[in-house]
Order: sequence, then structure tokens, then C-alpha cells
Amino acid sequence: MTTATMLGTPVERDAEGFFVDPEQWTEAMAEPIAQENGIAELTDRHWQVIRFMREAYLSSGSAPSIRTLGKASGVPVKELYALFPKGPAKLAAKIAGIPKPRGCI
Amino acid sequence: MSDTMQLNEPAAAKPQTIEKVSIIVSRGSLEGIYPALIMANGARMEGIDANLFFTFFGLDAINRAKHEHIKVATVGNPGLHLATWAGGVPGVSAMVTHRLAGEMEKLDIPPIPEFIELIADSGAGLYACKASVDMFHLSRDDFVPQLQDIITVGEFYDLAAGGQIIFT
Repeated sequence: MTTATMLGTPVERDAEGFFVDPEQWTEAMAEPIAQENGIAELTDRHWQVIRFMREAYLSSGSAPSIRTLGKASGVPVKELYALFPKGPAKLAAKIAGIPKPRGCI
Repeated sequence: MSDTMQLNEPAAAKPQTIEKVSIIVSRGSLEGIYPALIMANGARMEGIDANLFFTFFGLDAINRAKHEHIKVATVGNPGLHLATWAGGVPGVSAMVTHRLAGEMEKLDIPPIPEFIELIADSGAGLYACKASVDMFHLSRDDFVPQLQDIITVGEFYDLAAGGQIIFT
């Protein structure tokens, strides 16, 4: 776990870059996190996934599976992988400022 | 002494990451198919390239007429802790399969047809073994539309080149 400064605020992130405390995250931080992970620009479709991911985590305490993401986020699985090529569930969670998803699906 | 110490030192190189997996599915029971599907989906979720190669009874997983009806093997499966004779009683396999399906749904693990679709949509390649397809007198039309090709074992090795091969 390391404390880094993002947009002037100290934030705690784990070794892989996931936020430890989702409350430290602000929407303005999404773009720089995305860029760190090879996504040059966040589109409305990216945001749809990021917001869904974050809301699901904050209401249920766990990140949704790729299955739920594909069914309920409004963005189908094929497009999820096109938007987040290195793994949609993990990357969207990282950009959304929530801890790393622990599910196997 | 100092030589031995050197040998015990950890390698300086960064641990290698897995970039590609090719998973062989050779069995047609529910417990024979799911681990491979979970591993293939899990690979794609980590950004790892994945291929699935279905051979022998594993072909049932992508057989349109059969993949909704995959059952747990209740005979010859000591893990179930059932008396051997009980595993063969009509309906037992269906009942155990039904119970397990309910548990998997709770974990958000999809039924096999939906799982195959999810894995294909995630960009993994689905391939059928030519020798098995010929042996069972099957053709392209018997399989799900997501099947990319029916290939020989040599073509499978070409596809798998540079990655890890997992046999299930």
C-alpha cells in the first residue's frame, strides 16, 4: 500500500494501483488512472461502465462479475473488452476507485 | 561456501507473466467442463489471450443439441460421497446437477451455453478437434456459431505456440 498525491489530494492505493478507500476517489481522478493503464481517453461508454461498477460496489460491497457487467451495465461483453482491453472488470474497478474485484467470474 | 550462497540467491529477473493459455477440454461431464471454462474466462479477465480446444466428450460443451444437458457424473465419482449403487439410480445425476446449478447461479457462474457465449464474446478462440469430430460423425452445423474452426492437433500446437497448454 502506498500513499500518493493525486490532483493535490493524498490517496491510498495498493501495489497494483487499486484504491483502498473509495471515498478518496473523485471523478476527476478517473482520467489520469485510465491513462496510467493505457486508455488514452475516457468516452461516455467507458463512463457508463465506470459509474455502474462504482455504484454496484458502493451498494453491495463487492464489484460485479463480468457476467453481471455484460448483462446490467448496458454495455455488452464484446464492447467491454474493446473499451478495457486488459480486462474490463479489473480495469473499470481501478478507474472507478474501488478495490480489486475478488470474484472468479 | 560462498558458491552455495550465490546459488540460493533469488533470480534478479522480474517474474514472468503468462501472456497466453490454450486449454484442452477432454471430458463431457459438468465437473469436467466447468473448470476449463472458468479458467478461460478468468484468463481473459486478466487480459491473457485464451484458446479453448474441445476434444472427445469435451465436444459436448459446444454441441448445440447437448450443451444444455450436461450432467454431473454421479457414477465413479468418489468426491460426491454417495454409495456407488446410489449414483446409478435414475434421476440422481439430474438431481445433483440441479443442486449444483443452483449453487453456481448464486456465485454468478453462468450455465454452460451462456458461459460459452460469454467466453467467445471476451475474445477467446473456440476450436473443435478434427479427429473427435470425425469419430463422432459430427459437422460444423452441430456446434455453436461461436466455434471458430475444426482443427487438427498440429494446428492446435501452432495456435498454442508461445503460451501455456492446460489439459483438463
